[in-house]
Amino acid sequence: MKAMTAPLTAAQSVVQPLEKSPGYWQSVLTRLLKDKVALGAGSVILILFLMAIFGPYIVPADPYQSSILSRLKSIGSPGFPLGTDELGRDMLSRLIVGARLSLFIGLTPVMLAFVIGTVIGLLAGYAGGWTNSAIMRTIDVFYAFPSVLLAIALSGALGAGILNSLISLTVVFIPPIARVAESVTTQVRMRDYVESARATGANAFTIVRVHVLGNVLGPIFVYATSLIAVSMILASGLSFLGLGVKPPEPEWGLMLNTLRTAIYTQPWVAALPGAMIFITSIAFNILSDGLRSAMDNKR
Amino acid sequence: MFSYLIRRITYALPIMLGVALVCFALVHLAPGDPLVSILPPDASQELAAQMRELYGFNRSYPEQFSGWVWRALQGDLGTSIASGRPVASEVIRAVGNTLRLAAVATLIGFMFGCLFGFVAGYFRNSWVDRAASVLSVLGVSVPHYWLGMVMVIVFAAILNWLPATGMGSGDAWAWDWEHLKYMVLPALTMSVIPTGIIARTVRALVSDLLDQEFIVGLRAKGLTQFGIFCHVVKNAAPTALAVMGLQLGYLLGGSILIETVFSWPGTGFLLNSAIFQRDLPLLQGTILVLAMFFVVLNLLVDVMQTLLDPRIAR
Repeated sequence: MKAMTAPLTAAQSVVQPLEKSPGYWQSVLTRLLKDKVALGAGSVILILFLMAIFGPYIVPADPYQSSILSRLKSIGSPGFPLGTDELGRDMLSRLIVGARLSLFIGLTPVMLAFVIGTVIGLLAGYAGGWTNSAIMRTIDVFYAFPSVLLAIALSGALGAGILNSLISLTVVFIPPIARVAESVTTQVRMRDYVESARATGANAFTIVRVHVLGNVLGPIFVYATSLIAVSMILASGLSFLGLGVKPPEPEWGLMLNTLRTAIYTQPWVAALPGAMIFITSIAFNILSDGLRSAMDNKR
Repeated sequence: MFSYLIRRITYALPIMLGVALVCFALVHLAPGDPLVSILPPDASQELAAQMRELYGFNRSYPEQFSGWVWRALQGDLGTSIASGRPVASEVIRAVGNTLRLAAVATLIGFMFGCLFGFVAGYFRNSWVDRAASVLSVLGVSVPHYWLGMVMVIVFAAILNWLPATGMGSGDAWAWDWEHLKYMVLPALTMSVIPTGIIARTVRALVSDLLDQEFIVGLRAKGLTQFGIFCHVVKNAAPTALAVMGLQLGYLLGGSILIETVFSWPGTGFLLNSAIFQRDLPLLQGTILVLAMFFVVLNLLVDVMQTLLDPRIAR
């Protein structure tokens, strides 16, 4: 205010804001923290991560220790609060330790696809023309497969194993992310500030890094978070089919598969690993919805 | 309109070729010799060479690909390595079973989805709307293979009302209770995803439509609630039907996990055995047929939508 009334001097002409207005991401965080439902979902995810990190140190029993005598104990048996599996291993311990692998195989493909898909989409959207057509038509081919089919086809052809299931899920998620990245980049590319940056002689790399990336990463990130739940379900689904994690590692999808034989003897114990997948995917879906509405600053 | 249809169809052709290329590449992505599952480990070099000749693995990739596409166009998808039977006949039988299950599931999903969507859209922000949105989050979050297991646990293992697995006695399907009772659990399980998605779409459509000026105009004209409802249905139908068509495609391709849980003898079952017996021609053929189904279905949905709502073509 002072700068406007007093005669301008060199130092005063740079107007210092009296109060730093909160940045975009800070206001997103503030809005997200006000959203009770999203906050609840976030706490569930936090607990799951704590289980994944500290699981092996806090479990009551060895998750790999099998025992013929204590096979398929029911929920609430002495010493086994959530019962035991078909090899007599403690379910509670396996469910806790299982968070590590389950989260790993569910989150990694989305993160990899986020990076690769963003690069592909930026390239296609910024270059336009022939490059765009070539990239986007290739992506359309992968879009022509239902995601579950593509994931199973790829990991079926590559063979069972964690690495192969990560590769096939990453391939499944690249096309949708690249498509979103392409469409937001195309919108941003036409804006005046990009045009003026180009007029001042900035090269393509600088324009993308400074002017485009900051404006497209948000929407792409929100879209990618909405894929985490699907990825968790698919990754555990591949293990459920015997295409992902191999026994005896504790992973929820695989545990669900091996416990299928027990649905007539210990039905509720057999259903537990799936409940964990369900809870995780609900939490990620709710958090992603919350993030989407918190980032929508048009309200 | 006509030119739009031609354009849409010519656009689908390169996609189909690309899909065929991906399916073809699957076999060559696979580590190891594709013949490993039928050749005995002590097979002589000559026998291996003969088999390679027989299955065409000794020729160059472009040659193999064009030959494969040419034969596929004539309905010959090669021979299953594990069973020795033609892949095409195995796939056709399995696709029939999957299609039946997926179609019933889509219909159930469409009915419930429209019901929930309409009610939620009409009574926006009421408790019905909130309940419907909670249900649809649960619907899209549930691992359907686990839901299938829970269904088996509740209705087969505990209540003993319905059979847990299989498709009923005999090879042929009939629309009687003897066979239908095998379909109830897998179809209900499968319908959860389309229900959630269709409910979400219809709710958004109805809620948007009710704010439009022509509805306000109709209300002002004194049209009855039922009359307005008819206008809303007419305007929401093209999109809702399109979503239903796409969902059928997703279910066809995504049924493998549910079919595994219920031992339903469809394409999922076929894919499963193809994968674990490393029967690559069968894997390739099944995926090709399912993906082509999906492409053609997408095309049909677009064409249908254009016929129902000519504004899209412009």
